[in-house]
Amino acid sequence: MSMSDDALETFRTEVRTWLEENCPPEMRDGASGEDAIVWGGRNWKFTSDAQKLWLDRMAAKGWTVPTWPVEYGGGGLDRAHHKILFEEMRAIGARVPLQSFGIWMLGPALLAFGSHEQKLQYLPPIARGEVRWCQGYSEPGAGSDLASVQTKADSDGDHYIVNGQKIWTSYADKADCIFALVRTDRDAPKHLGITFLLIDMETPGVTTKPIRLISGKSPFCETFFDDVHVPKANVVGTENRGWDVAKHLLTHEREMISGGGQGLLGGRPLGVVLNEQEGGLTDPVLRAEAMGCEVDALAVALTLERYKDQAESGGGVGDASAMLKYAGTELNKRRHELMMSAGGSDALEWDGKYGGLASDWLRTKANSIEGGTSEVMLSIISRRVLGLPT
Amino acid sequence: MSTLLLTEDETMLQDAARGFLDGAAPVSHFRKLRDAGQTHDAKLWAEMAQMGWTGVLVPEEAGGSDMGHAAACVLAGEMGKTLATSPFISTAVIAATALRQVATDRARDALGAIAAGDVIYGLAVDEGHKHNPEGTQLEAHADGNGFRLSGTKGFVVDGGNADRLLVLARTGAGLTLFDLPADRNGITRTVQSLVDARDAATVTFDNVQATGDDVLGAVDDAMTVLKPALEAGQAALSAEMLGLSAGAFAMTVGYLKERKQFGVEIGRFQALQHRAAHLWSETEITLSAVRHAGRKLDEDPANATLAVSLAKARAAQTAKLAVIEGVQMHGGIGMTDDFDMGFFMKRARVATEWLGDYGYHAAKVAAARGF
Repeated sequence: MSMSDDALETFRTEVRTWLEENCPPEMRDGASGEDAIVWGGRNWKFTSDAQKLWLDRMAAKGWTVPTWPVEYGGGGLDRAHHKILFEEMRAIGARVPLQSFGIWMLGPALLAFGSHEQKLQYLPPIARGEVRWCQGYSEPGAGSDLASVQTKADSDGDHYIVNGQKIWTSYADKADCIFALVRTDRDAPKHLGITFLLIDMETPGVTTKPIRLISGKSPFCETFFDDVHVPKANVVGTENRGWDVAKHLLTHEREMISGGGQGLLGGRPLGVVLNEQEGGLTDPVLRAEAMGCEVDALAVALTLERYKDQAESGGGVGDASAMLKYAGTELNKRRHELMMSAGGSDALEWDGKYGGLASDWLRTKANSIEGGTSEVMLSIISRRVLGLPT
Repeated sequence: MSTLLLTEDETMLQDAARGFLDGAAPVSHFRKLRDAGQTHDAKLWAEMAQMGWTGVLVPEEAGGSDMGHAAACVLAGEMGKTLATSPFISTAVIAATALRQVATDRARDALGAIAAGDVIYGLAVDEGHKHNPEGTQLEAHADGNGFRLSGTKGFVVDGGNADRLLVLARTGAGLTLFDLPADRNGITRTVQSLVDARDAATVTFDNVQATGDDVLGAVDDAMTVLKPALEAGQAALSAEMLGLSAGAFAMTVGYLKERKQFGVEIGRFQALQHRAAHLWSETEITLSAVRHAGRKLDEDPANATLAVSLAKARAAQTAKLAVIEGVQMHGGIGMTDDFDMGFFMKRARVATEWLGDYGYHAAKVAAARGF
């Protein structure tokens, strides 16, 4: 055993002991459903004292964002240590203490493009679950063609005055702040007049309206900006170069939505999940489809691992993240179709014996649209990876 | 588990292999062999031995380079890219892995011969039209201190050129693996003319005598020796199929960039761009499964079945897609014998069937995952 292996094993022992002493029993049920998620934010209502205690203790260790630098509220762990933390948490069924778009999307973008002051100001509250962020990218006229955003931010001294509309802003009605793409130069080529701007949702002139989806739920909103005054200090990166930040952030969003294949059912084999449903896998056609889906899910999960290895070694993943997004979301749709099929008529009720399965199934249809459609992903691959002409 | 990236040594091996094969065994070399009706190039095989490839899984004390399964997969992958034909998988991977399970002087000598490039092995396992070792009917009945083998094996890859055969036979209470010289009395080999123009034979055993010394491992317990060997072969074959997919894909993308129709390169058409991007995605995902299989065989061989079957199942699907798209996107020229794409398609079909097809391995994945 090498020195570093020794150090890793010591870390594993420390983590195990700490988790044993600090993870409340109620937080060890491995639950990952909607009710178990803590999104945090100014208005967040914890469902139990244990939930709050668990978040506070993990945040104090920096383990809500294990890989972020310690000075910004993170745990400062490299991938090997992060993996151990993840494995030890999974071993006792510990819930993820906090999830948010701040962790998945804004945080990585700030770490790459934000000033030191911005990182100190915004990252620790995200890590502690005190501020909840949402994303203001798409507009009614700018979906797949994201760089066509029209929401304008006109200069007014040390402020901008923002006017326009965003759509598909996930949980905007529950978020404290929004990171948005706004147009600061209407004469420049469309990719070069965009600025990445942080806006407090309580600023006068910001309003939201939920959009009801086919799943019966409203995870998305429309968000309106009507003469909203925003300090110029809230620009991340450089004015008019927000597209660089947006692209960086999108790669993280794609990785998040891709779900890594194996994580889709909490790491459980699809066949076992289907077997638990009445009728299970007796139908040979369903069985064959499930086998194929499992083969692909395992291979996609390994690909996520390989890309993480690559990122860790400094190789970078770049535009290949479009492939993970494409493969992961199409796979997720396939899996949910299979689960609905296995459940038969029992799966058709909104709140039947399989809980929210029907709603989840419908929700997955958005996976291959949000964060860039599958077709956009394929176009990115064909242009930037394969070098095909346009 | 090590990472799924190539190590520095593996990258050097890959670069060296590519450089050598581009010179010594481009696709045009395979075409020459095919046109001459030959299935083996003794000079190429000797050069592979000289570079340590045939000894990739042979211990150093037996004269090998002992680089491991991941390295064997690297070599098989590079051979796949240009359809380099050799008995590498049946001899240097399958036979070497089988012999390594056995701690006898004879096995050690045989490993030395493999590393030196002095022997070619064929694997005589299949009897029906689908890979099914457990269904073996060829019988080895006890005869004095030894056995008498009677029956027929088909799809014995490299069986025509083989000096020795690994033969799976049914014995009293199970299956037994024999290691026999291919010219032993009573063995008749008939060359099969397969679509991929490589070596395969039907081998009949007419009351063939075998002694206890000819048994590899224990009587009635073939799988202790054979299972690791089959899995090593399946992993390397997956790597070859992925290499083949990459080779076909490179030709196809190159063609999309240069072929003009309606006044523009056909690679400008989104219908083709998206199919090419999808195909690339599939090869990327399969690459992860192939790497994982090699690592697993090196680090935890007793539990490698899931990893290996995952790789072979994925490789079968990816290779099929790569060659079908390869022919389709080349249009009419893809259908001609003068063009190389057909070679890739034929090899993909044979490699898919050898050592278990998609359904065989998907079922193993499902079983390992508790279906």
